[in-house]
Amino acid sequence: MQYLPNILFAIALIAGIGFFAMNVRKLTRNINLGKDIDRKDNKAERWKNMIKIALGQSKMVRRPFSGFLHIIVYVGFVIINIEVLEIIIDGLLGTHRIFQGFLGNAFYGFLIGTFEILAALVFAVVVLFWTRRNIANIKRFLSKEMKGWPKMDGNLILYFEMVLMTLFLVMNATDVPFQEAGIGNPISQFIAPLFDGFSATTIHTIERTAWWIHILGILVFLNYLYYSKHLHILLAFPNTFFANLNPKGQFNNLASVTKEVKLMMDPSADPYTTPAEGAEEEVPEKFGASEVTDLNWVQLLNAYTCTECGRCTSACPANLTGKKLSPRKIMMDTRDRLEEVGRNIDANGGTFKDDGKQLLNDYILPEELWACTSCNACVEECPVNIDPLSIIMDMRRYLVMEESAAPQELNAMMSNIENNGAPWQYNQQDRLNWAKEE
Amino acid sequence: MNVPTMADMMAQGKQPEVLFWVGAAGSYDDRAKKISRAFVKILHQAKVDFAVLGIEESSTGDAAKRAGNEFLFQMQAMMNIEVLNGYEVKKIVTCDPHSFNTLKNEYPGLGGKYEVLHHTQFIQDLIAEGRLKIDETTLQGKRVTFHDPCYLGRANDVYESPRDLIRRLGVNLTEMKRSKSTALCCGAGGAQMFKDAEAGDKEVNILRTEDALETKPEIIATGCPYCNTMMTDGIKFKEKEAEVVVKDIAELIAEANHL
Repeated sequence: MQYLPNILFAIALIAGIGFFAMNVRKLTRNINLGKDIDRKDNKAERWKNMIKIALGQSKMVRRPFSGFLHIIVYVGFVIINIEVLEIIIDGLLGTHRIFQGFLGNAFYGFLIGTFEILAALVFAVVVLFWTRRNIANIKRFLSKEMKGWPKMDGNLILYFEMVLMTLFLVMNATDVPFQEAGIGNPISQFIAPLFDGFSATTIHTIERTAWWIHILGILVFLNYLYYSKHLHILLAFPNTFFANLNPKGQFNNLASVTKEVKLMMDPSADPYTTPAEGAEEEVPEKFGASEVTDLNWVQLLNAYTCTECGRCTSACPANLTGKKLSPRKIMMDTRDRLEEVGRNIDANGGTFKDDGKQLLNDYILPEELWACTSCNACVEECPVNIDPLSIIMDMRRYLVMEESAAPQELNAMMSNIENNGAPWQYNQQDRLNWAKEE
Repeated sequence: MNVPTMADMMAQGKQPEVLFWVGAAGSYDDRAKKISRAFVKILHQAKVDFAVLGIEESSTGDAAKRAGNEFLFQMQAMMNIEVLNGYEVKKIVTCDPHSFNTLKNEYPGLGGKYEVLHHTQFIQDLIAEGRLKIDETTLQGKRVTFHDPCYLGRANDVYESPRDLIRRLGVNLTEMKRSKSTALCCGAGGAQMFKDAEAGDKEVNILRTEDALETKPEIIATGCPYCNTMMTDGIKFKEKEAEVVVKDIAELIAEANHL
């Protein structure tokens, strides 16, 4: 029976990590529903971007206040995780503070002391974040798309972090030998007196309880990631690695269109030729995107990476002037629809069964898409290089090339270009008149 | 005004050092035509051997592409590329950041590979080569703010060329609160120029004009004919035409040099 806690711990650990792994498989399956796009070129620059932008948080600090606060939580999260390693080993082996013996009192004390200070800082920052989200009237947290679950989700993550940090400190504060040794307890020494009147057994029970809830909480939090907006803590890395490296103004040239335009402009091509006998019947390619599966896998990865911070939306000229478009909503809709498609596939034995819905109209409205000025402010702002503009463009392409559903004035502009080589109705022969005037 | 065409040049067996891509706005829009002429005056002063395509130039397809019509874009692109390659064009300069972006970034994949410069970059080169000097006394001390065109700035990371030229004018350059990579769009990009805005509580160009007016400028400098239109309309809306003018950097240089 003495191994019961070890066994329970191992079961919890395997269940927690196993369930997460299962969801990660689902996540990669969903991302791979996207079309192929080659992002394996220029590896050196990709690594550099990942190190600078994801690891180094370089784009976060463009807004110095929230950027600085975020770095505290980020550094705290990464470093305090070293302690989780010790907790896992202790849990499995039934040891207590196994690193203390290895590392020696001084170094161990220094480490735990650092963790404690970080935990306190993280706690303080998380409280500040909560205030910013709920009290401070910051416009980007109050947008329409943030009502309901997204707001709750954001708060839940903050509560999780508050509780986990508290448990870590309480667990140290109620560890009597640890407090008596007096090393590595710069914060918990001030919490310890709260338990002064308690019996040794009670204090020990509190310590064990805090220890258990802390590690179980971490496992629950790990599994919460997939169901929340918080996946960015993992996906920021691949997302910055696979991000677009071309100039932001360069929109891709659709290869399927090139093929057809070349055929059209080739004087020797015979439009009436029938494909050679036995040639494979080609499925006509769909131009643009009306569904998540028309997007490429990087765009879908973008959707899962988005943590709904709203910096994109707060810089969007359309949104700033009261239009419906919000680049953040474009990413949230893409993720929500992708999740829905994924659940549909799971429920129907591995194949998607038409549910009469799609990304266009059921999630994203043409009105949103047409409000975009393609100014790239959203792309520039995103701290993890998400590209909402590419999704907007692909959906416009669908509207125009598959449905001929452009706003009337744009149809006029386009027929002018077709007829007289300019967006306005002028005579091509007058194109050099400007040089003769004045 | 002497503006040779590539066809003229070819007839004389000559190849100019650079092709001036005028763009639809620069060719047809009354306000933008002035920018084209100002730039040509600068080219003449610097004795640049240039030519235009004239009636052989056609829309780059930028607006069509941003509106979602990839077919029309690629047809325009391939037509233009055939003409440009036929004249063996190597270097292109344009006053329109949209043409600049499309020619520079989107034509290469379709077989049109050229060195493409925005006119502010080209003028910078002329100065560096000692071919042009800007008189810094004419506009000295004027309060100027610069509106970054999205397709020059964020789209292609060109922030310094226009600012370098403005500083050479001897003026007092004051930045808006949103500038360079955080600059606010004028509202014309992505084919918005050619349609009404969706329902909202304000026009984008008005918001951007307010950004500019906060710097109390005498001149709002731009480097894009479409931004120019939007900012000019914004100034009219704010009834500030008497105090503030919207000028392209080429126009400011032509004015400074009494061209």
